Amino acid sequence: MDSTVLVLAIFVLGCVAYMLGRSRSIAVAQNVGGVRFLNSLPFYYGTLTALWCALPCFAVFVLWTLFDGTIIRSVLLSSLPPEIVNGADNIDLLINQIHNVAQGSAGTEPPAYMVVAAERLLSLQQISRWALTGVILVCATLGTVFIWSKIHSQLKARYQVEKVFRATLFLCSSLAIITTVGIVASVLFESIRFFAMVPITEFLFGLEWSPQMAIRADQQGSSGSFGAIPLFTGTLLIAAIAMLIAVPCGLMSAIYLSEYASNRTRDIIKPMLEVLAGIPTVVYGFFAALTIAPFIRELGIDLGIDQYLAISSESALAAGLVMGVMIIPFVSSLSDDVINAVPQSLRDGALGLGSTRSEVIKQVVIPAALPGIVGGVLLAASRAIGETMIVVMAAGLAANLTLNPLDSVTTVTVQIVTLLVGDQEFDSPKTLAAFALGLMLFLVTLSLNYLALHIVKKYREQYD
Amino acid sequence: MTKPHNSSDQPSKAPAEKALSKQAELVQKSLAKRYAAEKRFKFFGVASIGFGITALLVLFIEIFGGGLGGFRQTQIQLTVTLDQDALEIYDATNADQIMAGDYTRVIRNGLKERFPDVKGRKDKRDLYGIISIGSTFDLRDQLKANPELLGQTLTLWMLADDDVDTYYKSLSGTPYAERMTEKEQAWVQSFIDKGEIKKVFNTRFFTDGDSSEPEMAGIRGAVIGSLFTLLVTLLLSFPVGVAAAIYLEEYAPKNRLTDFVEVNINNLAAVPSIIFGLLGLAIFINMFDMPRSIPLVGGMVLTLMTLPTIIISSRAAIKAVPPSIREAALGIGASKMQMILHHVLPLAMPGMLTGTIIGMAQALGETAPLLMIGMVAFIMDVPGAVTDPATVMPVQIFLWSDSPERAFVEKTSAAIMVLLVFLMVMNALAVLLRKKLERRW
Repeated sequence: MDSTVLVLAIFVLGCVAYMLGRSRSIAVAQNVGGVRFLNSLPFYYGTLTALWCALPCFAVFVLWTLFDGTIIRSVLLSSLPPEIVNGADNIDLLINQIHNVAQGSAGTEPPAYMVVAAERLLSLQQISRWALTGVILVCATLGTVFIWSKIHSQLKARYQVEKVFRATLFLCSSLAIITTVGIVASVLFESIRFFAMVPITEFLFGLEWSPQMAIRADQQGSSGSFGAIPLFTGTLLIAAIAMLIAVPCGLMSAIYLSEYASNRTRDIIKPMLEVLAGIPTVVYGFFAALTIAPFIRELGIDLGIDQYLAISSESALAAGLVMGVMIIPFVSSLSDDVINAVPQSLRDGALGLGSTRSEVIKQVVIPAALPGIVGGVLLAASRAIGETMIVVMAAGLAANLTLNPLDSVTTVTVQIVTLLVGDQEFDSPKTLAAFALGLMLFLVTLSLNYLALHIVKKYREQYD
Repeated sequence: MTKPHNSSDQPSKAPAEKALSKQAELVQKSLAKRYAAEKRFKFFGVASIGFGITALLVLFIEIFGGGLGGFRQTQIQLTVTLDQDALEIYDATNADQIMAGDYTRVIRNGLKERFPDVKGRKDKRDLYGIISIGSTFDLRDQLKANPELLGQTLTLWMLADDDVDTYYKSLSGTPYAERMTEKEQAWVQSFIDKGEIKKVFNTRFFTDGDSSEPEMAGIRGAVIGSLFTLLVTLLLSFPVGVAAAIYLEEYAPKNRLTDFVEVNINNLAAVPSIIFGLLGLAIFINMFDMPRSIPLVGGMVLTLMTLPTIIISSRAAIKAVPPSIREAALGIGASKMQMILHHVLPLAMPGMLTGTIIGMAQALGETAPLLMIGMVAFIMDVPGAVTDPATVMPVQIFLWSDSPERAFVEKTSAAIMVLLVFLMVMNALAVLLRKKLERRW
């Protein structure tokens, strides 16, 4: 049976169990003098029965689906002639071929042993499916019968249902932890494998990045050199340009909107700036690559800068500029929050002493809001470092070690995308390097976020 | 601001008064400077807002200016004979023969008749190139629908090649003729003179999947792929996010574990999206051996990415329900679960939905994590299920923007316009929902 059908079947079984449990509780209630003498409402008896029916089935289903592939594979391998299994260089390839034969999509005439194996695979899959269906039916019946026989007027059905409810809620909220653990595990394990092939010092301090070509063919991990310094400088260069645009612009916009603008102006301008935040990054990337980058290049050539500096059509300046525009609303809304959190009494006091408005802002409001602003700027920086699509589309692939904003640089995220898009095997240093870069990116953004949230949180409590 | 004034230096009848006037003078003098600083400061504020708005306007003008052309396409009128021998179709009701027919030859014959003086292999090849290969499919479909057309001579509007399309569209401004030879330009001119070329609304853009030929490429496959991906994301992230928010607001004891969960959620909200792609690649595809490029996996990755947004906004919505409601429910004997399900949740629902829609809008515009799990493949078919290989709108935009053909530039802009329309509708829905349903206590 198909997985979707099975899930539906479990659902239907649960519904049936609900009806059974509910009617059973009502029948039991007749003996003790009516529904109001039951411990819980009939709804809870029904739900409890449905849970006893569906939860074990579901658990069996999930475990079965996770492991049946592996089990079928090992049974299949043990049934193959040993000389073929030992002779094959790549077991995965062999299994894949058998799967292809089984689906009838093998190109040429497959060897006889493979046809046999394919038939065996099909029958195994068939058996697995039917066995699963059987086990689920048995589970459902056993669970339902067990709880059905237990139903009596003193059974604390509601209490038990609420315990399950609470446990489910807890599981859902712990998904945040599971995700973090998943991220750390996925990047960490692959990175460890990478650092076994390429020394970590070479990765962190090497000045040359060229994962594509073989420079020293005689060496382990010979597919290139993995010095990530050019990527780090490139990332920082673009992020710095972006921050140079976004921080003053965002901060000044927030100050103007919250301190000077009338309510009407604010109601019009603020949503407009927020539109900038809602535009997908791929659109910014297209804009940077198609409009800004050629414009900067032509401008540079017209001004004659190309005689002194290299001007690339994929300049860091274009990517950084557009990224800065993207981050403006982010900085502005975060600073807006903290500026509004500064108590009005501070402003009134300073104005009462005869300060002009800009003096109040510069000497009272900003110092008071500074921790929050710094937190916001750190969050924005973490965003600029992790931004992917703008740099993929507008920045280059060449890992130049340069500080010239008109030249082409590459970033950590660009390299992750380039290394991982398309098919790849998980044992080449080229692929694993992407995970090592991911680990670096995760660590840097995580510490920036943590620092920022810490500062913001500490500050927020100050005036409450 | 003003320097401390030592009045004892100046013997006078009214030293205090004099000092005051002296101080006032100093203040007066500095005022001009201070007002100038004030004006400058205000100007910086206006300038930075102006910069943001200008950037927004330039972006929109650039995209819309370039993208409008993508919604129109060029067609050329041609007289063709559905000749049995040329087509090698002798029975128009036979589906196999219809499929195998040589429609290209029919169109080529039509072109040869239209321009009888074209000689030479290269010129002929150029001539055949002005009609898109897509026209052969149109011709086939037409013949399939009306078998009696076999053998007749028809005058039809045919899809022009992308180079002709780009050239013809550019004629109203500065002509873009880099990929057109002079002879080709002359042919187009001859069509123009006889009124045999026109621009029509590009329905194909909305009904077809991707194609390597710009004039045949459509966005339907990407739109459907996006819908499937969003559906998976919504079905997973909304219940889980709401459940997590309920737990954290209503049940969670104040302890280390709860704090840890909260720190995790806040951090995940700020983790770069590409990291979630790495997670999806390593866990879902590499470990659990799920297929690449399918909306199911894409939706799961985007779920993990949007969950923090949904949890944070749902928590805010639950917090906004006044405690008196909870106490009243508990007071008349409701259990905690009944209080939550019957009272808190319905009241918090509008806020939760708003947050969810915003999270979905975020997911709709997301590209980077989907590149990691292989939704970047070239897929011509429109997906029919969450387990069919598919691509999504932002990735389609990325793919087209990477294509060398110039005609794809306006397709990219047009696709961006479609994406922006979807996003605007979703955001408008969120705003509307908030205004209509949210209650103030």
